[in-house]
Amino acid sequence: MITVEHLTKRYGDFTAVDDLSFEIQEGHVYGFLGPNGAGKSTTMNIMTGCLSPTEGSVRIYGHDIFQEPNQAKRLMGYLPEQPPLYMNETPEEYLRFVGEAKGLRGGALEEQIRGVVEQTRLQEVYHKPISALSKGYKQRVGIAQALLGDPKVVILDEPTVGLDPLQIIEIRELIHQLGRDRTVILSSHILSEIQTMCDQILIIARGKLVAFDTPEGLERALLAPSQITLTAEAGEDEVREILSQVEHVVQAELTPREDGAVSVRVKTDGDSIYDVSRAIFFAFARRNRALLEISLKKANLEDIFLELTEGAGQPAGPEAPDEMKEVDEA
Amino acid sequence: MTAIFKHELRSYFHSLTAYVFGAFLLAFIGIWAMIYNIQASVSNFEYVLSSGSLIFVVIVPILTMRVIAEERKQKTDQLLYALPITTTQVILGKYLALLTVYLIPLAVVCVYPIIFAQFGEVYLLTAYGSILAFFIMGAALLALGMFISSLTENQGFAAGIGIAVILLNYYSVSLSEYVSSTAMGSMIALLVLALLVGVLIRHLTGHENLAYGVCLVLMAAVAVCYLTDSAAFEGLLPKIMSTLSLFERFNAFVNGMFDLTAIVYYGSVIAFFLFLSVQSLEKRRYN
Repeated sequence: MITVEHLTKRYGDFTAVDDLSFEIQEGHVYGFLGPNGAGKSTTMNIMTGCLSPTEGSVRIYGHDIFQEPNQAKRLMGYLPEQPPLYMNETPEEYLRFVGEAKGLRGGALEEQIRGVVEQTRLQEVYHKPISALSKGYKQRVGIAQALLGDPKVVILDEPTVGLDPLQIIEIRELIHQLGRDRTVILSSHILSEIQTMCDQILIIARGKLVAFDTPEGLERALLAPSQITLTAEAGEDEVREILSQVEHVVQAELTPREDGAVSVRVKTDGDSIYDVSRAIFFAFARRNRALLEISLKKANLEDIFLELTEGAGQPAGPEAPDEMKEVDEA
Repeated sequence: MTAIFKHELRSYFHSLTAYVFGAFLLAFIGIWAMIYNIQASVSNFEYVLSSGSLIFVVIVPILTMRVIAEERKQKTDQLLYALPITTTQVILGKYLALLTVYLIPLAVVCVYPIIFAQFGEVYLLTAYGSILAFFIMGAALLALGMFISSLTENQGFAAGIGIAVILLNYYSVSLSEYVSSTAMGSMIALLVLALLVGVLIRHLTGHENLAYGVCLVLMAAVAVCYLTDSAAFEGLLPKIMSTLSLFERFNAFVNGMFDLTAIVYYGSVIAFFLFLSVQSLEKRRYN
């Protein structure tokens, strides 16, 4: 269990992470979702003790990452955005070093290495230099490293970035397996990825947590004020009048069409979107006006993501280099 | 710490670094041994070490340039931060590996006086005293080199700065004869030194106010001292330059004196730069 409280990280005047608080429960796959420069990597770096926060605290199963770093770090495995690999070594040498640094010795070390090599399917390249491996294999060596010491929490920063589609599928499968007996936290700026891999989503924008829910929960929560698009065979004023009589219609945007009909985008609040569309249908029917077209638009996560992070696109310009700089320095 | 130590040692012997370092050291000492002990038939092995110490200018940066800079460049330092080990353990592990690489060619050098003793009278005590001092002086330079490597992520830059600093240190005694020994010159030099301390603090801690504060206090102290007793500043700069020279202190051993203050001095230099290296690593976390 991880508790993050009021986490803030400032670089001079720039705030990379802004008062972030959340709690992570055991046994789920969590996804950090956010545009580039949103503060995902910074948050992960702080959670793993690679970076100090300006304010706030991170506790891993009750151990503060800065007060009791050794206990806290033993419970975590971390794969940074760029896998920290020594290129002139083989996976064998590399994993042995990491295992020893994590305090494993003798038989336990051998057993652990054998286990993670099997799990990440590194047998084929076990004795080849890491520099000669494909990006997918390098990523797997990075994940294997994070799994050594049997950590309860595995944190993966953009684990699929830069991989080809086949490699992405393999890594996703691996993460899916990991999620069965550990807590996995991963980050991505690709929504579909988070949607398929995670059962809890944290959306981060401009260093702030803007949403924290299951994928279904997020969709449900934001489905309600959804849109109905319709085309009616009536004058603009008439359409406006008819719609004003229907309950739960918040806003209607009218666009006259060339053939005399009017396209309307209707925003509704709260109530079931089907009830509202039914009411609209009968309202037009009562006035003997035909609806040529009616469609319901369900919000999907893509829209939610865009809506929640909207405006983040604007400062992304100056933010992006900062993120890069921070990755450089971190 | 043992994991880091083993890992570093393996990487030195995996690459050419350890071999290049050892070969250079042995070749250079071998040349001087040939010139002094064999051709000129001088029985003092310590002279060889005295002349041979110039090789540190080249081999210390070769060995230390990548020690931390490369971790930064490859981003493997993130792994070190995330592992359940402290930065002090990282620095000590790396430093002990450096010392081990350095000790291996020195162990070979230790055989030379014994060999020479077969052919004449060799002052073994001064010879081995000098080898010990040679080791500790080199150890101090390695600590300095490691600190320089921790300041950058560019190994070439680390090597360049390392060579410049060690070379300056090597010649600082000779140079001190040419610098101004007037009180005014010394004061200006001290002010510049205070400024450098400020820059260093700023780089290490990232605290601008702290750096400015320390810098200003130091400068004020220098100014006050100068105004109250300007005579004390007479010849101060050359004195400081020769005091800071690591190589100058080695000459006492060559002259047959086992200078304990020099050993303590080298020890403090080692501790100082190891401490700064740890701070430099920590700073990355706190920037």
